[in-house]
Amino acid sequence: MRLPFQHTNIVEDSPYSIEVKELTKQFGDFTAVDHISFNVKKGEIFGFLGANGAGKTTAIRMLCTLLMPTSGSARIAGYDLAKESKMIKRNIGYMSQKFSLYDDLTVYENMQLFGTIYGIPKKELKDRIFSSLKMLELENKYKTLVYSIPLGWKQKLAFATAMLHRPKIVFLDEPTSGVDPIVRREFWNLIYETAAQGVTIFVTTHYMDEAEYCGRISIMSHGQLKLIGTPTELKEQMEADSIEKVFVKFVVR
Amino acid sequence: MSIISVTDLHKSYGSVHALKGISFNVEEGEIYGVVGPDGAGKSTLFNILTTLLLPDSGEVSVLHKDIRKDFLEIRKYIGYLPGTFSLYPDLSVEENLIFFATMYQSSIKENMGIIKPIWQQLSPFKNRPAGKLSGGMKQKLALCCALIHKPILLFLDEPTTGVDPVSRKEFWEILKTIQQQNISVLVSTPYMDEATLCDRIALLQEGQFIKMDSPQAIIDSFQGNLVTLHTHDIFNLLHLMEQCPFHCNFYPYGEHLHVIFYEDLTTILPSFEKFLQDNNQIYNNIQQIKPTIEDCFIEITTEKKNL
Repeated sequence: MRLPFQHTNIVEDSPYSIEVKELTKQFGDFTAVDHISFNVKKGEIFGFLGANGAGKTTAIRMLCTLLMPTSGSARIAGYDLAKESKMIKRNIGYMSQKFSLYDDLTVYENMQLFGTIYGIPKKELKDRIFSSLKMLELENKYKTLVYSIPLGWKQKLAFATAMLHRPKIVFLDEPTSGVDPIVRREFWNLIYETAAQGVTIFVTTHYMDEAEYCGRISIMSHGQLKLIGTPTELKEQMEADSIEKVFVKFVVR
Repeated sequence: MSIISVTDLHKSYGSVHALKGISFNVEEGEIYGVVGPDGAGKSTLFNILTTLLLPDSGEVSVLHKDIRKDFLEIRKYIGYLPGTFSLYPDLSVEENLIFFATMYQSSIKENMGIIKPIWQQLSPFKNRPAGKLSGGMKQKLALCCALIHKPILLFLDEPTTGVDPVSRKEFWEILKTIQQQNISVLVSTPYMDEATLCDRIALLQEGQFIKMDSPQAIIDSFQGNLVTLHTHDIFNLLHLMEQCPFHCNFYPYGEHLHVIFYEDLTTILPSFEKFLQDNNQIYNNIQQIKPTIEDCFIEITTEKKNL
């Protein structure tokens, strides 16, 4: 069966694309995520920060329906996390730190593979691939093996691939780890442009200056999510002049 | 005499020229930083200096010994923390440490003095499998294992990549205590803010050092006049800046915009502000500031591209 890739028939009354209530995950007697609640608006760039081991990855895996929560509820892209995980998967994109691209396939083959998995019809897929390659100025490279293109391009390509099925939300897990300052900024430009089209961006990063590019950010600590707001609000609340200092003050407490 | 001495080092993998003629010296007791993005050649350089890889050409001596001939001797006195986690995940914290101590015919007891400040943080987890530690703790254990044979020179390849800001800060505090024990350190990092914590740094890009000096000297050599301003809509402002009529270089920096001008600010700044106001931009806190290493990196690399 070919999956539908666009949904125009669902009722869209909520201004939020992510609504999380008391979401909890326990592994044995260890509570990795402890009753977290938050909402993310449509088209918002939401930064999800936290120390290593704070529970970020567990939380993201639940939101992407890769892991069942122990308790609590969430609506992702308008669908119930507990009952409609298939619909959620069709409406979200995911790009991780370790790019999900295949090194020994060409640029085009990679995009074709992911687009086909999402059930995008052949001709439509071809059009979409070439229009995103054009936007990235990579159209001459479509026959190039992915392993031979520079890291910065790989990152942009991984992002474009995660966007092929036109998801409503895209999860970016440390997308800019290890790239140089100029390429990082180019990547953020891409994020801004995508958000301006109404796509919700959910992003984790260890670069605190990048946290300041987000509309709102949250900082997880010991499985809990108690700090959430715009970068300016958090700096005022914690009496700090940068997000880095907010982070250090909050996590050390 | 320099503890690391490198002259015109080249290394290629097939058609990829990973290191294109690198020369530098590291002096005894220094923390020397190699700063650059992924793919710049950092790990290749580290692999050559730690005698794991042979260069194509160039003179390389480590601890006054030739890396081609005296590699066995060099290995006894260096510690190496590779960029990827290389401990045994199914051995406990303590077992890993014993393993590495024994490999060097040493023992934990003998060299506890060196690792004590780090070991104190780790010892509550000493029976936990190394694979089950958090990222920051893994790095601390790896550092203990690299130090347990009391090396004279320590190589750290991206020890803080993917590590959160609090753990990164702790890691650098530990490095300072290592330096106090007369251990020289060569460390690589993609984080520009960590560069200022080194005594000297080299900025590496595409297999070449584009700048080498103390962090302060690099900052002092910044060519332009750097102006920062705050805005709530950086995206909109960036679009407008594409049409900026003045000769300048601009980029977002956190929630600020940084603009590098190459003319006297007293004349250009009022006209720049007029340009912003004419285009209905709301901004505040516009002022000249001292550049960071990140600003310097951007200036140097864009200069190179414009040539």
